Amino acid sequence: MKIDYLGDATEEDLPLLEIPYFLNTVRVGWPSPADDYVERPIDLNEYLIKNSAATYFVRVSGDSMINANIGDGAVLIVDRSVEPTHNKIVIASIDGSYACKRLLLKPRVSLMSENPKYPPIFINKEEKLELAGTVIAAINLY
Amino acid sequence: MTYALVDCNSFYASCERIFRPDIKNKPVVVLSNNDGCVVALSKEAKQVGVKMCEPWFKIEKPFLKKGGIAFSSNYELYADVSSRVMQTLEHLAPKVEVYSIDEAFLDLTGLRDLEKFGHECRETIDQWVGMPVCVGIGPTKTLAKVANYGAKKYPATNGVVDVTNQERRRKLMAIMPVREVWGVGSRINKKLNSLGIATALQLSELDTKLIKRKFSSVLERTVMELKGYPCIGLKEQPATKKQIVVSRTFSRKVTDLNSMNEAISDYTSRACEKLRRENQYCKMVSVFMRTNYFRKQDKQYHGSMSYKLHSPTNDTRDVLRATKMLSGEVFKKNINFIKAGVMLSDFYDEGVYQGDLFRAMSSRSGGKELMLTVDKINSSGIGKITFAAQGIKKTWSMKRFLQSPRYLTNWQEMPIVK
Repeated sequence: MKIDYLGDATEEDLPLLEIPYFLNTVRVGWPSPADDYVERPIDLNEYLIKNSAATYFVRVSGDSMINANIGDGAVLIVDRSVEPTHNKIVIASIDGSYACKRLLLKPRVSLMSENPKYPPIFINKEEKLELAGTVIAAINLY
Repeated sequence: MTYALVDCNSFYASCERIFRPDIKNKPVVVLSNNDGCVVALSKEAKQVGVKMCEPWFKIEKPFLKKGGIAFSSNYELYADVSSRVMQTLEHLAPKVEVYSIDEAFLDLTGLRDLEKFGHECRETIDQWVGMPVCVGIGPTKTLAKVANYGAKKYPATNGVVDVTNQERRRKLMAIMPVREVWGVGSRINKKLNSLGIATALQLSELDTKLIKRKFSSVLERTVMELKGYPCIGLKEQPATKKQIVVSRTFSRKVTDLNSMNEAISDYTSRACEKLRRENQYCKMVSVFMRTNYFRKQDKQYHGSMSYKLHSPTNDTRDVLRATKMLSGEVFKKNINFIKAGVMLSDFYDEGVYQGDLFRAMSSRSGGKELMLTVDKINSSGIGKITFAAQGIKKTWSMKRFLQSPRYLTNWQEMPIVK
């Protein structure tokens, strides 16, 4: 018989497999009754986000909403698909930047801060109020 | 059948506006890699005379003077906005085919009051995502495209056109240049023009047998579709990727092997990240690099080389070893390199590969967990983990001076409100 030497079987980077020559014991009997009740840990996304396509986060700078428990540095969860009705906290475009305010539709349309230091902003009939969603939750880290 | 094509208006420019109410009506352009040229522009930018593909250095001064705003490409933002648009469409229609980053086909067969649906679509996407879109509706995909052309072109339509009605369809196609038809490229356009075919309507009236003989069966299919016979169905499942390419143009010419190795390693790590996101394993790894074709005074070179791994992997470390070796092979001295890239191909699903009896699937234990951890840290925005081979200074990396924050994908860059 002729044998050609083709090379070393342990060349290059991959280690040889250790092949076990006896296998682990096989469990016979009923599967654990707990298998059907595997639970995932509680997911904050599930709690805070209802419509992910329409939801985004913003960070608050300043204390203008402090009395609504929205402090400086809080992260707000904003859902654009939630209709901004009377008394909702909203993200509104004011002078070309976004701000967090409470929306009042009566007695007249206005954007209120939750801090007496800041005066209300009244929206005139001819002005167009631009909203970028409703704030559905605020996260403050202590 | 009834199809709709939903197409975002000036997609990149519109993305940039979502969190910037101050630039709502201003001219906006988005620039290509290295801030080279204009790759997207808003309606207002068009109106001040900017054109697609214009070099930025040429228009920078006059454009800014006219109150224009420019952005470097922010792919993180665009990808996230795109997935939100598509997700919203899934809410609205039972069958959606994502056609590109800013377009999707919907199957609306059986739905009545199509125009009303179109407007609902527009309003919902505008409210949920803040993205303006146009909707075209027709009995075939090609006609839905025709309708979308009309919706984009004529503001009086309020962004929705339904051409299921034959009369409306003929009217629109009669004023639509044939080159705007889906599937008609510039070469076919020229040939059609020389035969006296200038409008979509004329093309739709041709005999399909003649088209097949004189052009191709692809154009024949287009003509059939223009006549109202559906030939192209909806593809709901996107095909899994067959290859992943990561390549970039350098900000300066690269002439030393060290910088080149760094760049190649950086692209490798990026490509592997993408590979893991697709839950795929690859066996073939390629590296390519080239010079700047437009610098005629430079010595020109284009090199590429591939390496087949023993078994499929998506461990960055395995692929890095291959690309590093390839990089050294492809690289040449005294050459001014302007671009390089990494390509991964020959993909396997997890567990599908028939392993080697004598060789382990991967040389490392715990590799999967390690890669998962790396990906998690890198997407968290808190910090970044890179492989030492990727380098630290990255003097070769892209210029993206005008990039907007990654509003939707990074904790540090989310929008600020007062």
